[in-house]
Amino acid sequence: MKTNGQAAVLNLFNISKSFGNIQALDRVSLEVFSGQVLALVGDNGAGKSTLIKILSGVYAADAGEISIRGQVFKHLTPARAMQSGITTVYQDLSLVNGRDAVSNVFLGKEHRKAGYFVDRRRMERETRHLLDRLHINIPSLKVPVGSLSGGQRQALAVARAIHQGGKIIVLDEPTAAMGIKESQQVMALISNLREQGYAVVLVSHHLPQVFALADRLCIMRHGSLVADLPTGSTNLEEVVALMTGIKAGLPTEVRKVAGN
Amino acid sequence: MFCSGNYRRFSTQGLLLLALLGLMIIMSFSSPYFMKWDNLRNILDQSTLNILVGVGMTMVICAGGIDLSVGAVAALAGAVMGLAMHAGYSAYLAIAAGLMVAVLSGLVNGGLTAYLRITPFIVTLASLSIIRGLTLIITGAIPISSFPSTFTGLGSGSLGIFPAPVVLTALVAAAGAVLLNLTPSGYYFQAMGGNEEALRRSGISVPRYKILVYVLSACCAGLAGLVLTARLNCADPTAGYMLEMDAIATAVLGGTSMRGGQGSMAGTVIAGLLLAVLRNGLTINSIASYYQQVLVGVIILAAVVISELRSKRVEEAAL
Ligand SMILES: Nc1ncnc2c1ncn2[C@@H]1O[C@H](COP(=O)(O)OP(=O)(O)OP(=O)(O)O)[C@@H](O)[C@H]1O
Ligand SMILES: [Mg+2]
Repeated sequence: MKTNGQAAVLNLFNISKSFGNIQALDRVSLEVFSGQVLALVGDNGAGKSTLIKILSGVYAADAGEISIRGQVFKHLTPARAMQSGITTVYQDLSLVNGRDAVSNVFLGKEHRKAGYFVDRRRMERETRHLLDRLHINIPSLKVPVGSLSGGQRQALAVARAIHQGGKIIVLDEPTAAMGIKESQQVMALISNLREQGYAVVLVSHHLPQVFALADRLCIMRHGSLVADLPTGSTNLEEVVALMTGIKAGLPTEVRKVAGN
Repeated sequence: MFCSGNYRRFSTQGLLLLALLGLMIIMSFSSPYFMKWDNLRNILDQSTLNILVGVGMTMVICAGGIDLSVGAVAALAGAVMGLAMHAGYSAYLAIAAGLMVAVLSGLVNGGLTAYLRITPFIVTLASLSIIRGLTLIITGAIPISSFPSTFTGLGSGSLGIFPAPVVLTALVAAAGAVLLNLTPSGYYFQAMGGNEEALRRSGISVPRYKILVYVLSACCAGLAGLVLTARLNCADPTAGYMLEMDAIATAVLGGTSMRGGQGSMAGTVIAGLLLAVLRNGLTINSIASYYQQVLVGVIILAAVVISELRSKRVEEAAL
C-alpha cells in the first residue's frame, strides 16, 4: 500500500472529533505521500470535511496526533499547518475577484522594489512561470479573476497555494458545480501536481473522476475510515458497497493492530 | 472577459473625461465668462476640498468601508490650528497640531472598526457627532479668525499661476494614486474591500491596514480643514458641514465601487472637477443653488446605477 518505501509526509493517528453528541470522526488514521493523489470518499456526513479541517488546523481534534514530516502536533493551527506546507484550497475564500491573477497569486507576499513599491513586472514574470509550470492556461493575467471561469479560478487558487509554499495540497470538492470541460482542466492540474511531487488530498463525490485521478481511495463512513485501497485493486461496485455499508470495511481495532 | 478591471476603470474615467470636456464646451457657449482663466482658476480652487477629502474617501470605500466623519474632522483640525495660533504657536506648529488631532480621530475610527468589528457606517456616524460636538466645545461655538499671513497664504496664496490649495491637492491626489496602485498598502486596501477573508488568510494583519486607511482619510480631512481655515482666515466650528456627502459623491461618481475592492484616484479627481465645473456653470448662468443640489443628486444616482449595472455584467460573465 505504501509507495516505493518512501516515508509519509503527513500522518494522522487516531484522530477523533465530536460535535456535541455527533461523533464526526472516530479514530481515523491516515498516511499521505508525496507524488500521490489520495482521494477521500464517503457519503454526505461521513466526516470528510471535518477531517480536512483538522489537518489544515481549522478544527482541533479531540484526540489523536498529526505528524508532518516527522514533526508531531497535538494541536495544529492554520498558521502552523501552512508553515508546514499544508495548504487547503478554498476557491471562494482565497481569491479576490476584483483583482487580477498576479495580485491574487502574490497577495500578502508582494515583491518590492525601491523600498515600498510593488515590483509588478517581476511578479508578472513569476506568475507566468508558475502558471506555465503547472500548465495552467489563463487568457490574461490582467483581468480580474472574477471574470475567469470556475475552472480557471480553481486552478489559480491552487497556483496561489503552491506559490505560498504548499507541498501538501488539500482540495475539498474542487470540481463541484463545474461543467465537464472545466472539471477536466482541474483534473489535469491535479495529475500535474502529482507528477511534480506534490501530495494531493482530494475530496470528491464524483467517483468516476476519483477513479481516473487517485492513487489511493480512502473510504469513510459514519466518521470511520472503513477502507484504504490502491485504486487499481478495487472497483466502483466495491467502493459504493463500502461507502454505503453494504460491504463492511475493516473494524477500526483490526486496522489499528494491522497498522502497528 | 472583455470587461477587465483596467478596461472598465479606463472606460469609467474616459467617459467622465468626455463628460467633463462636453460640459465645459456647453458652459463656454452659454457664458463668455466661463472660459476666462480667472474663472477656470476659480473652478480649480473650488474643487480642492472635494478632491482632497475624496482621495481619502476613495481609499476607504475601496477598502470596503465608509468615513462619515471627514467634515467634522476638517472642522476640528481647523479649530485646533486656529486655537494654537491664537495661543501664540507658529503656523507650522499649529498645522502639525491640527493634523495630529486628525490622525488621532482616524486611529479611533479605524481601531473601533478593526477591533470591535462595528460597521464603519455606525462608527463614523458616531464620531461625526462626537467630533463636531468637541469642536463646538473647544471653540465655545464661536469662529476664530485672523491668523498670520504664513498661514492664510496656504489658502489664498498662489504658487505660480495656481492657487496654493490646488497645488496641495494635486500633490495629495498624486500621492494617493501612487499609494493605491503601486504599493502593498494599496494592494491590501483593494483586497480588503474585495475579500477580507482572503487577505486574512494570506497572513496580512487586516486591522493594521484598516486603521491605516482611516488614518489616511482623516489626514486628507485635516488638510481640507487647513485649506478651509486658511482660505477664509477663519476657523469656523461648523465648517465642512456635509463635506462627507460631497466626498462620497465624488468618489462614487469617479468609479469607486460602494461594494468595495475597486477605486480610481484619477476618477475621483476628474469627478471632483466635473462637479466643480457643473456648480460653477450653473452659478454663472444664474441657476439657483437648489436646482444645483437636485442636479448633483441625479448625476450621482445615475453614476451609481451605471456602475452597478457594469459590475453585475462582470459577475454574470464569471458564472
Ligand atoms: N461545525 C459543526 N457543528 C456540528 N456538527 C458538525 C459540524 N461540522 C460537521 N458536523 C457534523 O459532523 C458530521 C460530519 O460532517 P462533514 O462535514 O465532515 O461531512 P462530509 O463527509 O464532508 O459530508 P459532505 O459530503 O456532505 O460534505 C456530520 O454529521 C455533520 O453534521
Ligand atoms: Mg464536506
